[in-house]
Amino acid sequence: MTLLAIDWTLLIEKLVLIAVIITASLVIAMYATYGERKVAAILQDRVGPNRAGPFGLLQPLADGMKLFFKEEIIPNTSNKLLFVLGPCLAMLTAMMTSAVIPWGNEIHFTLFGADRHIPLQIADINIGVLFIFGVVSTGVYGIMIGGWASNNKFSLMAAMRGASQVISYELAMGLSFIALLMLTGSLSMKTIVEQQVHGHWNIIYQPLGFLIFLICAFAECNRAPFDLPEAENELNFGYHQEYSSMKLGFYLFAEYINMFISSVIMATLYFGGYDVPFLNEANLPVNIAALIGVVALLVKAFIFIFIFMWVRWTLPRFRYDQLMNLGWKSLIPLALVNMFITGAVILWRQG
Amino acid sequence: MSTTAILFWFLSALALLSATMVLISKNPVHSILWLIIVFFAISGHYILLNAQFIAIVNLIVYAGAIMVLFLFVVMLMNLNSDSEPQKNNRLRLAGTIAGGCLMLIMIDVVRSASEVQNATAMVREGNIGLIKTLGKVLFVDYVVPFEITSVLFLSAMIGAVVIGKKD
Repeated sequence: MTLLAIDWTLLIEKLVLIAVIITASLVIAMYATYGERKVAAILQDRVGPNRAGPFGLLQPLADGMKLFFKEEIIPNTSNKLLFVLGPCLAMLTAMMTSAVIPWGNEIHFTLFGADRHIPLQIADINIGVLFIFGVVSTGVYGIMIGGWASNNKFSLMAAMRGASQVISYELAMGLSFIALLMLTGSLSMKTIVEQQVHGHWNIIYQPLGFLIFLICAFAECNRAPFDLPEAENELNFGYHQEYSSMKLGFYLFAEYINMFISSVIMATLYFGGYDVPFLNEANLPVNIAALIGVVALLVKAFIFIFIFMWVRWTLPRFRYDQLMNLGWKSLIPLALVNMFITGAVILWRQG
Repeated sequence: MSTTAILFWFLSALALLSATMVLISKNPVHSILWLIIVFFAISGHYILLNAQFIAIVNLIVYAGAIMVLFLFVVMLMNLNSDSEPQKNNRLRLAGTIAGGCLMLIMIDVVRSASEVQNATAMVREGNIGLIKTLGKVLFVDYVVPFEITSVLFLSAMIGAVVIGKKD
């Protein structure tokens, strides 16, 4: 009798896939920090990092090393356990959304005489979109717990700001999701992408929904112009004021991972995922088609990351009441109107 | 023991432990964090029952929204274990006995309910909790009660806005 009836090859496959995806997102997030500085430099007519390695390419490594070697300070009056838990949660929730994203079509190879078809997706669950939504809504705990456990008024205020901002923008995000889901009729990310591979990209049907989603993604990632939790002129440094060393690094890094993952989600939901326009993947060998698909998805994601940076270095920060007004009085009504129009058009086309 | 059984016992133990910790934590913020773990454990049970939609909605609504608001209020009020008035022992004893009696009655009622007796939970099969089934049930069989509930929610929301409005 076997103790645990588990398909071991499947388990190993998935573990390898998880390791690859997590490593890839970490490396991409690492180089996103470099990209951020270069983009800022170009927009401000500077040179940017150019000392460490050719074109400053080793700069992220140097930054990471610096953070690791800094002194680890845990304030005396803080809540020790929660103080450490905060950055861990921020990092964990940032990584978890990547589980349901279809990174490419399946690859196929023969190992030990057995044919294996491996879909490049960790879990194709039938509630994929809701899973992302759930993880995003728990993502706010990292900020709240960290800000509260620091036992510092400024950190607490920043954490409150962050939490209320994320909750407010989640509503508009959910409503723009609903309009998209009425079109696709499925919550599975894989099915949504397949529909776009065979038909048109969803951006054609849902331009307004995409715009709302994009703005909400900026707000959910706490990126400028919505970076009020880190407004240094009002709150010193924000919710991670008391943090030092790699715990601070985790918070800063989680932001970049969030940025990368939300770019991938936008590409998947609205821009066809791993679909390459005007190319029929069915004519190519399976593995090459999968590879091209992954590259296509990453290129789309990088374009979105660039837009994130572009917006950050172009627009000034909102005032707090402006932020709330935009969320509750503009985006939510707009998303509702978008939902009604989508529903009406679907009903009209069905006759 | 199968994987499902192991998961079931683990989740049950986790849920009971966290629920107890909610009650005996001195710090209100810790209580809320334990309560969040309870919701995660219950969602795990839903997944074991193949009710993925209910599991994730439980997380989004309770762990993601309501608990954040709880945490929000408690953190802003800055409740600490010292500022909390301590109840005396006689009151505590009375509370324990009253609560214990209620629990006994509840357990007895649930155990003797005819629907529960001789019924086994469908683990990893059955489609009651899937979004398709649930949507059909809600919008075909129970459409009138469902719509009435949504009107109730709307009126509650408007009421909250009216109460909260400065005049």
